[in-house]
Amino acid sequence: MKRFDRPAVDGLDLTVRAGEFYALVGPNGAGKTTTLRMVAGLLRPDAGTIRVGGIDALADPVAAKRITAWISDEPMIYEKLTPREYLEFVAGLWGVEPPVAAARSTELLDWLDLAPHADERCEGFSKGMRQKVALAGALVHEPRMIILDEPLTGLDAGSARQVKTVLRDRTRAGGTVIMTTHILEVAERMADRIGIIAHGRLIAEGTLEELRRQAGAKDGATDGASLEDTFLALVAETAQAA
Amino acid sequence: MTVQVGTAVWFAQHESRLAWRDWLSMITAGRRERLRKVAIGIAAFIIFMHFVAYWVVGRYADAVVDKQTLVAVTASMLLSWLLMISQAMESITRAFYARSDLDLILASPVATNELFGVRIATVALATTMMALPLAAPFINVLIALGGWRWLGAYGVIVAMGAAATALAVGLTVALFRVLGAKRTRFVAQVVAAVIGAAFVIGLQITAIMSYGTLSRSAVLQSDTLLALAPGMNSVLWWPARAALGELFPLMAVLAVSLTLLAAAIAIVAPRFGEYAMAAAGVSHAGAGQARRSAGFGKTSPRGALRRKEWILLRRDPWLMSQTLMQMLYLVPPALMLWRSFGQGNGALEVLVPVLVMAAGQLGGGLAWLAISGEDAPDLVATAPVPSRFVLRAKIEAVLGAIAMIFTPLVVLLAIASPRYAAVAGVGIVTSSAAATAVQFWFRSQAKRSQFRRRQVSSRLATFAEAFSSIGWAGAAAVAAISIWLSVLPALLALLVLAGAWYMSPRTQHAW
Repeated sequence: MKRFDRPAVDGLDLTVRAGEFYALVGPNGAGKTTTLRMVAGLLRPDAGTIRVGGIDALADPVAAKRITAWISDEPMIYEKLTPREYLEFVAGLWGVEPPVAAARSTELLDWLDLAPHADERCEGFSKGMRQKVALAGALVHEPRMIILDEPLTGLDAGSARQVKTVLRDRTRAGGTVIMTTHILEVAERMADRIGIIAHGRLIAEGTLEELRRQAGAKDGATDGASLEDTFLALVAETAQAA
Repeated sequence: MTVQVGTAVWFAQHESRLAWRDWLSMITAGRRERLRKVAIGIAAFIIFMHFVAYWVVGRYADAVVDKQTLVAVTASMLLSWLLMISQAMESITRAFYARSDLDLILASPVATNELFGVRIATVALATTMMALPLAAPFINVLIALGGWRWLGAYGVIVAMGAAATALAVGLTVALFRVLGAKRTRFVAQVVAAVIGAAFVIGLQITAIMSYGTLSRSAVLQSDTLLALAPGMNSVLWWPARAALGELFPLMAVLAVSLTLLAAAIAIVAPRFGEYAMAAAGVSHAGAGQARRSAGFGKTSPRGALRRKEWILLRRDPWLMSQTLMQMLYLVPPALMLWRSFGQGNGALEVLVPVLVMAAGQLGGGLAWLAISGEDAPDLVATAPVPSRFVLRAKIEAVLGAIAMIFTPLVVLLAIASPRYAAVAGVGIVTSSAAATAVQFWFRSQAKRSQFRRRQVSSRLATFAEAFSSIGWAGAAAVAAISIWLSVLPALLALLVLAGAWYMSPRTQHAW
């Protein structure tokens, strides 16, 4: 278990609305993954509360997990299972009715171009294919909230576009997506709101326009500045203050 | 001294550095600060082994070269050699399939023949080095008590390592050619596991069929075998004569073995890259085609977890080979059981602890795979299933697999003796449950592919699991005679478990 001299996340107050695409960005070691792992129920905070869809995730983690899906940057799937078997297993874990699970699996496998490989073991799959299998697993139980940690790392352009399309469709259908990314252009283009985290604290939050204003107030950044410029200005300001 | 880049010596330096660091990491479980303790442990083990060697072979130091000695020495050498072949096959298969630097090497502009030649030679060296620490105490004792003639045994170990590697290379390449890259990995792993066990088991089966005993010395010392064995001047005895200190046979054995290794290197090294690329093609493109899933059946989350564990256990070639080996060791007791029908219960007393011990060992391995070797821990941890249900399902999967393997044997035993069957049944459940509990207390997240190194990750767990299994096997052996007497070994086994629980890292049991 890692030990830290200071808390990985401290005094973080984050609210993501239903149907929103929220991107969490920040420098390496800022606490993005720790934050998301706590929301997903993989880490327990020392203090504070976490509510998922109105459910107290610390008091009733099972109910919170029922409406949540988690995908990490390193897709962890079973080498010896086929995508179809993997989806069957995930559907079983989330208690999805078999006919519904079968129909959704077929649909997802088609949608993600995995149908030709549906009955091959995952051991020979590329990272992009593994990520797609993990994504299909996250969607097979129709979660209300999807949490993704760097989902586009290492994906080719086609796979990345497919993942982005899937996520956008989810939010259009009323689902919530929270995602960390180092690719600021993706956050800029896709997210409804962006949170910037540094040293375990949320240093700025809002739409790109709102972030520009916050950065401009501190740094004089001009209108139309990219998220990258805005992000660097805000992080630099925090580093100076620290 | 500067070594010219790309030469065999340069590659040998590179390979030896990798091998040394790999060994160091394995022996210290990746923690360099443990090195001193490990060195002290190894030194203590070597000293202890010298005492064991004195007790086992001390009386043979002045052995004369007669037929019985030659048979016994040849059999011991054959057993060791088969184990060395098994070890070398494992290494060669891994060199083809699992070396992460192959892409780099094959993409580089250097001539790869020399590197692959060095790599095969490194396997030979590693195989020899693995055997030396085990053999050295015995040879040292024989030298101390019987004179310098026993020094030749070291030469024989080197010859055995070279010949075992040459044969392992030949076997693996033959499998590659006959079965193709796709099947070779699985078959080679199974063959490697089976070769190691085959000789002992073969001798035991012969002993049971001929003499009704599990002892292999009954075969080796039998008049029938001595009569069938070739004459004293046969070339077949040269390796044994070499080990007994005869110079000419030693030179001949060394020359033949090293020539075999050189021939294997000369023939295979130029094609090694070709085989490696074929193997890489399998792992990149040849995703194993599985039977299409029968469909999405109605199941609970626990049912889904159990089913997943069973599918993964079934499809794991390395585990299959390990399980197969455990099952092979059960063949002699099963055979003895079959022969014992209608001949009283005397022989059955031996079987009960064997079954209990095997169940404990198998249970420990399966429990590690199910509990610690979870390849998608985040997925399972984020599922809306309480963690106690997840663990329960995994334990059910382990015990289910144990039940499937041991039930037929217990049923067979029940026909011969219901009392022994009851004792064996209770012992199997207890022993496998205890091994599972140890793995549960010492659980730590790992990839299933690290199964080989599970013993190194927690020696305490390994010893606790082994001593618990031995304790329950002892309790079962005594219980077969008197239930009351079995309380003592059972208490000892419980004490081992209590100690393991007390020393387990409970603070890390967060998921």
